[in-house]
Amino acid sequence: MTDRQEIFAKVAEQIAPFNKKGIALAEGTTFAGDLEWDSLTVMDFVAAIEDEFDIIITMNMQAEIETVGQLVDAVEKLRG
Amino acid sequence: MGDLFSKFDPLIAERQALLDTGVRDPFAIVMDEVKSPTLAVIKGKETILLGTYNYMGMTFDPDVVAAGKRALDEFGSGTTGSRVLNGTYQGHKACEDALRDYYDMDHAIVFSTGYQANLGMISTIAGKGDYVILDADSHASIYDGCFLGDAEIVRFRHNSVEDLDKRLGRLPAEPHKLVVLEGVYSMLGDIAPLPEMVAVAKKHGAMVLVDEAHGMGFFGPNGRGVYEEQGVEKDVDFVVGTFSKSVGTVGGFCVSNHPKFEVLRLVCRPYVFTASLPPSVVATAATSIRKLMHAGEKRAHLWKNSRRLHAGLRELGFTLGTETAQSAIISVLLPDQEITVRMWQALLELGLYVNMARPPATPAGMFLLRCSLCAEHTDEQVGDILGMFEAAGRAVGCIG
Repeated sequence: MTDRQEIFAKVAEQIAPFNKKGIALAEGTTFAGDLEWDSLTVMDFVAAIEDEFDIIITMNMQAEIETVGQLVDAVEKLRG
Repeated sequence: MGDLFSKFDPLIAERQALLDTGVRDPFAIVMDEVKSPTLAVIKGKETILLGTYNYMGMTFDPDVVAAGKRALDEFGSGTTGSRVLNGTYQGHKACEDALRDYYDMDHAIVFSTGYQANLGMISTIAGKGDYVILDADSHASIYDGCFLGDAEIVRFRHNSVEDLDKRLGRLPAEPHKLVVLEGVYSMLGDIAPLPEMVAVAKKHGAMVLVDEAHGMGFFGPNGRGVYEEQGVEKDVDFVVGTFSKSVGTVGGFCVSNHPKFEVLRLVCRPYVFTASLPPSVVATAATSIRKLMHAGEKRAHLWKNSRRLHAGLRELGFTLGTETAQSAIISVLLPDQEITVRMWQALLELGLYVNMARPPATPAGMFLLRCSLCAEHTDEQVGDILGMFEAAGRAVGCIG
């Protein structure tokens, strides 16, 4: 697996407990639209991702992230 | 033509569906008469007020009311101006003097509301490249202060010292940081572990702002707030507060010992670009603040009321937001919106007003009936309140 694939797999693992409807995950899956997450779910999920990768995703950055693919890109960049 | 309001359709439909079940609108109560800090008339019914944040019952204090009337006569109904132009009267300075004395701090700045105090402080002192670190359960005014400014915003899990430490540890060392905490969190009435949180903030070189909106008046030997009660006065850089709770009028403020604090009067937009408080309001605020310095007996009675209501509700079988009475806010947790509204209405019909709170204002999607006690609630009223909770809870079926 490439680094990116590995991050995607770990992100998918973190999404699972919040993916109540079992939506299949792709690069373009959106958090608000496809997964139907509200702001409270997003908050818990972001905290879980931050702890998993030991990074900080500021609220300013979160505003720009709509899809799983964009989140994977952000994690890749933040991990440096 | 597209309608900008179509985004509100789901909320409009949800609200209509709720009202169609025949319940009264919890967000459209009108107080036709207000007889005292604890009693009003709603739709012809005399109603005990248990959701006003009027903790110290100062709204009808004779000295406070007289000061307001005098100022209205002597200075007129309003200032029609910004604090930095024609809107600073003798009364605004007297109010800031009262705050400096009350908090024993070098500087005090008065805003037109508590909301604007947070908006102004956070958006102004944390600028581009700086970080604001806030509790996830922070009040809307703290979030909005973050959104108004240009700083980077980081959230930590509610009241978690470990989570705050971890997040501060992940941030780059150079940028300036502001940690924003609240003494009392207003939805559940729980208090912050300030000594641990402030120590962590200082360890990472951050400045600390504590919002004591719900702590002023009855926490600490001088009623300054939870930060005073917990003994962290020397490590808190900024204390934000409001006049619309214990002080009993409207307005907001920040007090601090920072040597450059006064520059805020020139650079803080929510201070500069709005009209100042009317003379009558600052006169009532200053009088009330000075009286709150010597309100030991009232404080004791408020704590007694809060502990008794908490214990009584628990005994009746209600689920509450905290294990013990941590503040003068007692929140009753209910399973869903329908039961919450039915319970709220049953209480109202019995003659008791409490606040209904729902997501997104509440943490973790909770539905709450939030009670806030007043030092002026009599022992008899607290007994009546418990009786009404028992009757309503049985009628609605949320207690056995």
